[in-house]
Amino acid sequence: MKAMTIKVLVAVLALALGAFALMGCGTDSNVIKIGFNLELTGDIPKVGEASKFAAEMLKEDINSKGGLDVGGKKYKLEFVYQDNEAKADSAVNAALKLITQDNVVAIIGPNSSKQAIPAGGACNDNQTPMVSPWSTNPDTTKDRPWVFRAAFLDPFQGPVAANFAAKQFGAKTAAVLFDIANDYSKGLAEIFKVEWEKKSGAGTVVAFESHGTKDQDFSAQLTKIVAAKPDFIFVPDNYNQVALIIKQAHDLGYKGPFMGSDAWGSAELMTLCGKDCIGQFFSTHYAAAGAQGATKEFIDRYTTKYKYVPDDVAALTWDATRLVLQAVQEAGKVEKDIKAERKIVRDALANIKEFAGITGTMKFHGTGDPDKCAVVVQISPEGKFEFKESVCPQ
Amino acid sequence: MEFFQHVLNALQFGSFYALIALGYTLVYGVLRLINFAHGDIFMVGAYIAYFVAVLLLGGEGMSGLGVSPGVALAITVPATMILTSLVGVTLERTMYRPLRRKGADRLYVVITALMAGLMLENGNLALLGASRKSFPELLHKVIWTFGNVSVTNLKVIVVVAAIVVFVLLEFIVSKTKIGMAMRGISYDKFAIPLMGIPLDTIIVFTFILGSSMAGLAGILYAMSYPILEPYMGALIGWKAFIAAVVGGIGDIRGAIVGGFLLGFIEIGVVAVFPSTLRDLFAFSVLLGILWLKPTGLFGVAQTTKI
Repeated sequence: MKAMTIKVLVAVLALALGAFALMGCGTDSNVIKIGFNLELTGDIPKVGEASKFAAEMLKEDINSKGGLDVGGKKYKLEFVYQDNEAKADSAVNAALKLITQDNVVAIIGPNSSKQAIPAGGACNDNQTPMVSPWSTNPDTTKDRPWVFRAAFLDPFQGPVAANFAAKQFGAKTAAVLFDIANDYSKGLAEIFKVEWEKKSGAGTVVAFESHGTKDQDFSAQLTKIVAAKPDFIFVPDNYNQVALIIKQAHDLGYKGPFMGSDAWGSAELMTLCGKDCIGQFFSTHYAAAGAQGATKEFIDRYTTKYKYVPDDVAALTWDATRLVLQAVQEAGKVEKDIKAERKIVRDALANIKEFAGITGTMKFHGTGDPDKCAVVVQISPEGKFEFKESVCPQ
Repeated sequence: MEFFQHVLNALQFGSFYALIALGYTLVYGVLRLINFAHGDIFMVGAYIAYFVAVLLLGGEGMSGLGVSPGVALAITVPATMILTSLVGVTLERTMYRPLRRKGADRLYVVITALMAGLMLENGNLALLGASRKSFPELLHKVIWTFGNVSVTNLKVIVVVAAIVVFVLLEFIVSKTKIGMAMRGISYDKFAIPLMGIPLDTIIVFTFILGSSMAGLAGILYAMSYPILEPYMGALIGWKAFIAAVVGGIGDIRGAIVGGFLLGFIEIGVVAVFPSTLRDLFAFSVLLGILWLKPTGLFGVAQTTKI
């Protein structure tokens, strides 16, 4: 019995070691590897899925033309997808795995700030360029020369939401409900509060309530909010929670409007939320309904391929990946040594001053953060996100 | 008036804790086994309810049988309870019973239960994907408003269901023959079979009772919070377990009181203090209760339970 157990253990160990050994192999000099650190499972799986779909579409485009042209030579693209389960610790592990085992040139993602902030630290420490498509929290790129993003920042988004709500609803008072365990939600809620009180005077945020990421019952917080009688409720939360929050607020007799942020903009929002979300507003990166030019072309192709209208994450991933590929091209050559290659790609990324993306033009001023416009959309009775207003940085 | 609204909210959420805590307590009372998979059985219950409802009503690309929502609800509730209890019994048959036969220590069975829970979660993830399911509307929602207090018909149903289930279980355990056998096993697992009482049958019956309550909780929860995901059972399962322990695990009254108590504390903390402090305060209060009474409110130190 004992001997048997030891044999089994040895066999398992040998298998595991073999698997590790295999992972190290397979570096090809005609391939450029890009890593993707995505939320494929966990709280916001639709976000990861949209990112992956957009990336796959871009890869097929380029590889079908023979590959990416760098300094006169064509390189095939290889995208490696890692699941970060929408958790902060898993995002760091996924980043480290992409850097040390998969030897990628650069990493796209994570999308959500909750994952992008810690993963950004890991990438910066290991000197690997990272571009987050969707993260809007300032901390993601702060003091991190290796980290970039394709989205606007919350200090810009907060005032956009506040100004729009003041104008649209004629609101004097506001209430905020946010996720305390999510850096994005908490950061944006605080920025919004400061901005609103600056506009409308102290104490005009009549309720400032929080909840946990796994919570499904918000009745206590909403009861307090409804009793405070705000003119509208600002909910900088992920789409899955938004659906429950709005339904429960209506159950409690709240009839006023909601204002949301870019985390609402998932293609899955309307399947989960249904008629309760119709007519609500949120700020986001682009409006799919009524888009023009390259944006429209992207939307049409994505819709044909994957059978639903791409959300902002899909479009931003497209932009973020193209940003990295442009940097790889502008570096002019591909270094054999992966560390040297990462260095020239980072320098090329930092040198990009202006980039015409499908989510709008991005202007970089020496940091990893672009200046770009935000849009406010309204959810139409058909569940479409309709363009309402565009706000650009001064 | 805000006060009454908070009381109603607490009653609703406490009912879910109570319904799940009942399953923990039943199994513990009979087997002295903490069935950590119970929270995930609740999750499976919610998914079963979803599939039954979609089959009957249609949706998610299925045409469905096109029955009216009222009929669908009448079929979904018993169907979900039966199917969920099958899941519970399957776990007992395939995981707990073989260990019990081999005379394994209870600790190993508890660890097995933890693993069973993880298997249910990740099995669901592998089978159905990470995407959330939106539960179809089985009941036309009616909102009654009295002054500033709003209550939905669903909320009333949830609270009534919890109380009915409690009365029913209390009756089964204290007034029927099979209930007497359950209490007997809890008292002495070795002497009871000598009296000609089939041990395994009683244990299976206990799992049927506990899991069908989880199924009922699952369907009511899915109707109240109509977004389903594979991990939905984990946190509420743990909290319900804590509720059962605070009430005195193994005692049916304890599970009900513990469940409602936790609901009231959680909602009460948010109502009075900033909501950021909710879990910290709520569990500090529960810790205080256990400190004063380590066996829980209705618990008696290691004597007859259930």
